[in-house]
Amino acid sequence: MSAQDKFYWLMGGIGAVLLLSSMIGWVLSRRVSGESGRAVVDNLNARIKAWWIMVAVFAVAFMLGKMATIVMFALISWFALREFMTLTPTRPGDHRALSVSFFIAIPLQYALIADEWYALFSILIPVYGFLLLPSLSVLAQDTEHFLERAAKIQWGVMLTIYCISHVPALLLLDIPDYAGQNALLLFYLLLVVQLSDVLQYVFGKLFGKTKIAPVVSPSKTVEGFVGGALSATAIGAAMWWITPFSPLQAAGMSAAIVIMGFLGGLVLSAVKRSLGAKDWGSMIQGHGGMMDRMDSVSFAAPVFFHLTRYFFTP
Amino acid sequence: MLISALLIGLTRALVGAAPRWQGSAPSPAQRIYFANHSSHVDTLALWSALPRELRRHTRPVAAADYWNTDAVRRCIAVRGLNAVFIERQRSEATKDPLAPLTEALAAGDSLIIFPEGTRNLQPLPGPFKAGLFHLAERFPDVELIPVYLENLHRCMPKGSFFPVPLICTVRFGAPLARIAGEDKADFLERARQAVIDLA
Repeated sequence: MSAQDKFYWLMGGIGAVLLLSSMIGWVLSRRVSGESGRAVVDNLNARIKAWWIMVAVFAVAFMLGKMATIVMFALISWFALREFMTLTPTRPGDHRALSVSFFIAIPLQYALIADEWYALFSILIPVYGFLLLPSLSVLAQDTEHFLERAAKIQWGVMLTIYCISHVPALLLLDIPDYAGQNALLLFYLLLVVQLSDVLQYVFGKLFGKTKIAPVVSPSKTVEGFVGGALSATAIGAAMWWITPFSPLQAAGMSAAIVIMGFLGGLVLSAVKRSLGAKDWGSMIQGHGGMMDRMDSVSFAAPVFFHLTRYFFTP
Repeated sequence: MLISALLIGLTRALVGAAPRWQGSAPSPAQRIYFANHSSHVDTLALWSALPRELRRHTRPVAAADYWNTDAVRRCIAVRGLNAVFIERQRSEATKDPLAPLTEALAAGDSLIIFPEGTRNLQPLPGPFKAGLFHLAERFPDVELIPVYLENLHRCMPKGSFFPVPLICTVRFGAPLARIAGEDKADFLERARQAVIDLA
């Protein structure tokens, strides 16, 4: 099967699942009564609608090619960083560091991916950004909460730019017998992460009893995690045919994605709580902000990228 | 038109400027919007947050000593925003500095004013100048709408030339009630408190 054919099968499958979800949502909206039930179903339908739009945006970007995909992820980083910094208390002295993060770090990081310059791409933010950003802030001579402010900017930049940029960075891997199909690998990562999120939610709603970390995230349960993780891993293994992996390898990769995604969701939930917010923003109807959708991706992407790079490239 | 569309697009892309109508709804009634002032983009943010049909009859008040000094600024202020210029330094003792504003109100337009008179680095507004009081007295039928601009002091603090793109919200409060016989100081403090209450 050619990469093109695989892509069409994949889109067809996703479209079928979304169509089914929309129909279920429609039936539920006609049957449900009572205030709280209505709120849940309305939120469900808003989420399904947003999924249609997100899948459409991604599909169009993939069809337009590598540059469109890279630009799209640069925009995702931009919106995610904007949400992160909006909630994070900074002071006027951080203005220069913040400007550099938005207007220099984002374009530069994604330009390095477009240029396939792996060596610099992988250290630009953790090494040079780490040293440069507080150096810019210190020139404003404001020592109040300096370490916290520097850490907050560094964390925001790491998660929203560096980590998320590992998704399109999958395009620069030279995998034997897989040339021209890397975009599918990117889809694979996003699919497994998002399915894992959705399935954990569904299993949690159906069978959830034992809370994992009630202080951080009251909706996460052991039953939800186990059910969601196992089913997402199984689906990931069944999707091996769009990847360079064997079915067993695909199961291992999916398990890694699922576990990292779970930790990402949990950690960013704690960050959100420490900043006193419930959602990162209100950009995506029903889902909250960009960062509410990308939290698990930001943890899963670098690990998936490196596992693939170590084991599947020469 | 082109200039204002461009300015609004740029403002939304950079700082969001999403409106939150908390105590009042968009209405064609004649109004004076008064807000805290912390950055260069305040006027644009408030103006962008208004629905298009209201923008046509809503004129921001701009300091003549800043906005009427070179061709680019004048073009933005006059052609883009349809601004009303106000002299912050009174040149002749006899001349009424509020005259351009009262003219605009008499013509039926709404106004956007920043009663602090200058930008303020803090998230909460400082003391208000008397202009708002005099306008409120002369035009008792015009609604006074307090507005709080959130986060803009972080986007573009004094001394910076380019905004950091944080998400800013523009909160519109309930119309300030009129109290017969209220003196100037009390009125101004109550108006300031109405803005602070939205913070």
